[in-house]
Amino acid sequence: MYSRRSKVAPQYDVIVVGSGAGGGMAAYQLSVQGLKVLLLEAGRDYDPVTETPMFQTPKDAPLRGGGNADKPFGFYDATVDGGWRVPGEPFTTAPGSQFSWWRSRMLGGRTNHWGRISLRMGPYDFKPKSRDGLGADWPMTYDTMAPYYDKTELLIGVYGGEDDLENTPRSSPGVLQPPPAARSYELLAKQACDPLEIPVIPAHRAVLTQRQDSARLPARLHPGNALAQRVLRQSMNERMACFYATDCGRGCSIKANFQSTTVLLPPAMATGNVTLITDAMVREVSIDAQGKASGVHYIDKLTRVDHHVTAKVVVLAASACETSRIMLNSRSTQFPNGIANSSGVVGKYLMDTVGAGLSAQIPRLEGLPPVNEDGTAGIHMYMPWWMYGEQKAGKMSFARGYHIEFGGGRGMPGPGIFGGLESFTQGAYGRKFKEEARRYYGSFMYFDGRGEMIPNEDSYCEIDPVAVDQWGIPVLRFHWKWSEHETQQAAHMHKTFAEIIDKMGGTVQGTVQTDGSKAIATGGSIIHEVGTVRMGSDPKTSVLNEFGQTWDVKNLFVTDGATFVSNADKNPTLSILALAWRSCDHLVAELKRGNL
Amino acid sequence: MRDDGNDDSKPAGQGIARRDALKAMAAAAMVPMLPESAAASVAPVVRAPLPMFEETQAKRKGPRGTPSDPVLQVAKADWPNKLQLRELTTLAALCDMIIPADAKSPAASAVGAPAYINEWASRPGGDASLVRVRGGLAWLDRESNTRFGTRFHLATNAQRTAICDDICYLPKAKPEHQFAAQFFDTIRDQTATAFYTTPQGWKDLGYIGNVAMPKFEGPNAEIRRKIGVE
Repeated sequence: MYSRRSKVAPQYDVIVVGSGAGGGMAAYQLSVQGLKVLLLEAGRDYDPVTETPMFQTPKDAPLRGGGNADKPFGFYDATVDGGWRVPGEPFTTAPGSQFSWWRSRMLGGRTNHWGRISLRMGPYDFKPKSRDGLGADWPMTYDTMAPYYDKTELLIGVYGGEDDLENTPRSSPGVLQPPPAARSYELLAKQACDPLEIPVIPAHRAVLTQRQDSARLPARLHPGNALAQRVLRQSMNERMACFYATDCGRGCSIKANFQSTTVLLPPAMATGNVTLITDAMVREVSIDAQGKASGVHYIDKLTRVDHHVTAKVVVLAASACETSRIMLNSRSTQFPNGIANSSGVVGKYLMDTVGAGLSAQIPRLEGLPPVNEDGTAGIHMYMPWWMYGEQKAGKMSFARGYHIEFGGGRGMPGPGIFGGLESFTQGAYGRKFKEEARRYYGSFMYFDGRGEMIPNEDSYCEIDPVAVDQWGIPVLRFHWKWSEHETQQAAHMHKTFAEIIDKMGGTVQGTVQTDGSKAIATGGSIIHEVGTVRMGSDPKTSVLNEFGQTWDVKNLFVTDGATFVSNADKNPTLSILALAWRSCDHLVAELKRGNL
Repeated sequence: MRDDGNDDSKPAGQGIARRDALKAMAAAAMVPMLPESAAASVAPVVRAPLPMFEETQAKRKGPRGTPSDPVLQVAKADWPNKLQLRELTTLAALCDMIIPADAKSPAASAVGAPAYINEWASRPGGDASLVRVRGGLAWLDRESNTRFGTRFHLATNAQRTAICDDICYLPKAKPEHQFAAQFFDTIRDQTATAFYTTPQGWKDLGYIGNVAMPKFEGPNAEIRRKIGVE
């Protein structure tokens, strides 16, 4: 068995399964509160400080850094052993269903490569059913969660503005880091959106634009906890501010952006309370005669040996669908349909984000003088949803909103650059081609809508009756269906993008779809899959209470995206982190009271 | 940039050790087995263990050098190139027709475009690309020979231009040039990828990023004026 800090005959308080956003936050919060934690990660150990390819250029990579089936987001993307397929770990889709499932097998999980877009859910987002009768409400309100959003943003470091718009709440004063300046194409988009009454405001991303205040923040986040303050101070001191180069998707060796492996796991390990075992593929939660979770079974991937480890509490954060898979595969006489699944809801109400995009060419951006537009290697500005009033008044053909992420400009030339130049130049080659390339470089933009999907009965995962993976673990089978609310929304995205592009004096590349089913991205492909072990107020229709604690097994918790009741257009990672923090506070209190 | 004097990443050695182990496994699998009846008639024999994956070789930390976990710091394509020298000669001539040297930057072949296209067309799973590239290069030489009695790279610039003009734009290419036009567009895209991902290509376009900066400032007054904001 490999572990970074294993002890003889260890006694663990908590086993945490998964080391990404939900698991990393759990390992951190539980260990700084003095609990002995066993952290199990299905992938390999990973060190962003030594492994991140900072400044490496496409020229130095195979295929100029372009993506392939093994590295779909490009050679330098931080994902290890993952992507749309994981070697030796298949999944299936039911006939008629299309679903893409992005996974990674590495310490820190998908937090190593994500876009760092960190938007809070708003008051409407916690009570969507109360507002329009669709989907389900969360068991808590925004006001309950707001302090945890503040604390999470302070902990991980998020830049953003002071805007306070409908259902797009602002953070408490002093919580956010200053937003970076807008780029030329972002200013141009704002100018075009103003007459369309579409707000364009600073994006919120988990990137440090200045160093964290390590003298004051630890005491503010962990009052009265000397251990937590010490390890957090040390961790914050190791983080640099962004130097405005190198794509965040590669990870960050200077720890300027948030990834579990640079922000949560180092202070957690520094407590001395965490034992980490990597290459540990959890397959089942074990239960004792009283129906409580007793531990987990995992397979050491390198030796292929099955292990059983025990603890007082089990926290699942293996990623939404993987958590469902573990629960559904944990069958016993008490729980023939999977542990803590008396409701039958485990696996149900799987959601992704609605995605649709359009590209454009903008003549006003042609032939500009050289300017470095790398910035924070992600969006500086975005458009939050702006038509809540129209939806409330019943004037729209779809019930929920979307926000717009957009980019372009003079980014690092990579593979595929000028792929569309044949049509723009009527087949130019030779010196003409070089002149056209100089003219067009920097003049292309893209607009991506990211919208809310309403949970439905036809989108879920279950255990495939036949297939297993290379570890002998039964795999998931996905069922997927969009409703009209999503496809109509996707069509509206295209219509809006075309209006913005037109106002900018640009031309749309590709087709503006009026049929949203032709514009909408495949389910799962936005990599915001959440739900399947949802929270709720009623044990008959939900698996978890508002603290991520299963109704059926009081010492079994879930802290990843599986807990989501709805999937607002706000990218989920920030909410996963804030919810996990709150769950851990409850877990510690209940453990101290002897209730677990 | 970060210092990379990182002693505990020894990817090459590790990768070879694993590959050898896997080859040995494959070889072992090919050893003919005794017929079942013969095997049943003899007592089981304890043999020396077959070569197998040694778990002690397995890396618990750092990249494992597999396609889904490559070593990012010393990146290199690890598949064999398939184009022959003769093909590369023709390809270089075509790349330089697409991106020739001018006052601002060198020609595509001077920054390794043919070698990159070879790597691209030879990639695992790239069979269709390889057929298009090889078929196109063969067509190009044959066309040049038919029209001018010489291979493409030995033709004059005017002769090469005459051929390229026929195939540079798919919507206007003659029916008999459809394949050649698709091929030309592929090579144009790949030549652009090869050229504009190099320092010379970046300089040509005016890409000045990928450098650490203490502050990020938005566009200056000149750019704001040009695009018409504020």
